[in-house]
Amino acid sequence: MIGPQLNEPVATTAAPEDGPEEWIACPQCDALFTATVPALGERACCTRCQTVLIAPRRGAFLRVIAFAITVMILMIGATFFPFLQVRVAGMRNAASVFDAVLAFVDGPMVALSVAVAALIVLIPVMRAALVVYVLFPLTIGRAPYRGAAWAFRLAEVLRPWSMAEIFVIGCAVALVKISDLAHVDYGPAFWMFGSLVVVIGLQDSSMCRWTIWKALDPETRA
Amino acid sequence: MPLDDLESAGPGDKGMTGTDVVTARDRGLVACTRCTRVWPMDTETCARCGSTLRSRRDRHLQRVWAWLSVGIVCYIPANLYPMLKTRTLFVEQDSTIIAGAVEIAQHGGYGIALVILVASVLIPIGKFISIAYLALSLKRQVKMSRHRRHQLYEVVEFIGRWSMIDVFVVAILSSLVQLSAIASINPGPAAITFALSVIFTMLAALSFDPRMIWDGPEDRQE
Repeated sequence: MIGPQLNEPVATTAAPEDGPEEWIACPQCDALFTATVPALGERACCTRCQTVLIAPRRGAFLRVIAFAITVMILMIGATFFPFLQVRVAGMRNAASVFDAVLAFVDGPMVALSVAVAALIVLIPVMRAALVVYVLFPLTIGRAPYRGAAWAFRLAEVLRPWSMAEIFVIGCAVALVKISDLAHVDYGPAFWMFGSLVVVIGLQDSSMCRWTIWKALDPETRA
Repeated sequence: MPLDDLESAGPGDKGMTGTDVVTARDRGLVACTRCTRVWPMDTETCARCGSTLRSRRDRHLQRVWAWLSVGIVCYIPANLYPMLKTRTLFVEQDSTIIAGAVEIAQHGGYGIALVILVASVLIPIGKFISIAYLALSLKRQVKMSRHRRHQLYEVVEFIGRWSMIDVFVVAILSSLVQLSAIASINPGPAAITFALSVIFTMLAALSFDPRMIWDGPEDRQE
């Protein structure tokens, strides 16, 4: 059970005097509320299905930008530095994430290579870049850049397809799978990728979508 | 639900019988599921974020079934064909998903075998059943309450991506274990059909409109 202070209804049903730009509809169950911004750090949830609707954080835009830039920098290292290294009977082979992506390049598996590259490297980086593009002008108090709404929508559409964290768990499984076949060492990229996943998580959890959409909307921008 | 008390104290529910939640559709409005803004019913595109507006994506139910069917079809060869082709000095071995997990369990890696079985067998099959059940529940009376069904939907949406683990494991192993004559691991044809199955089922879940769950008759316990 969520505590009541986290779970205040956004409002009851919409009062007739405020306009539709003040209203908010739950994307999961279509319940309609008057949008009332909760105190910083608190969350306003849908009273019917508990979906978090508004969750403002102090200095969130700046923080999200910082996380997004960190993601982009870490991803460069995590992609090209060796990730894992195997040693068997004096032979060794080191693989980077880039190599893992190229694993399917031979033969009919090229499509899978492209998909893996997209899911673990390109989409996470692209989302980070889009978020910076959207939020940077807002943090310095300027009007949003051209196409910012389109960019943020794309970042949100891509969200379920960003799978870096799943790749890390995949690594753990892979390690155990070959541990009796060969000796395995971690490379620097392994730790970079691990921290990358944490930063992506922080980036997504400190972002209040409603606040950003409101700031992008010329009608409701404060 | 104790929340109902909070709601009935509000000013907006006067004259409402039975249901205490007003939806955007009840008000003749269409809600944007991307940015939560509401618009008059006949609006076609959200002026805030540019998404196409639909009060209910009821015609998308066909898409749900279509994606789900291809997902299931792809899942069959994914289990029949080898996922990994392991070649060591004298032995060449093809292993399917289940055979691979069994092999790890025989080496004592029960935890990892469990992770693989859950991610590649339990979750995909559970997802097929859940999505089909949710789609069917819109048309006929079912026992499960709306709250439960919505929770089921959220679980399906959240957990579906994790089935990709096995594809990533194959990618990592095939790039890492390339030690010329001594040992090499290469992806089998199941890697691609399995990846496709995961992607199609994710698309099925994303095409499903959870708002339609809440349009159904109210639960007795609510």
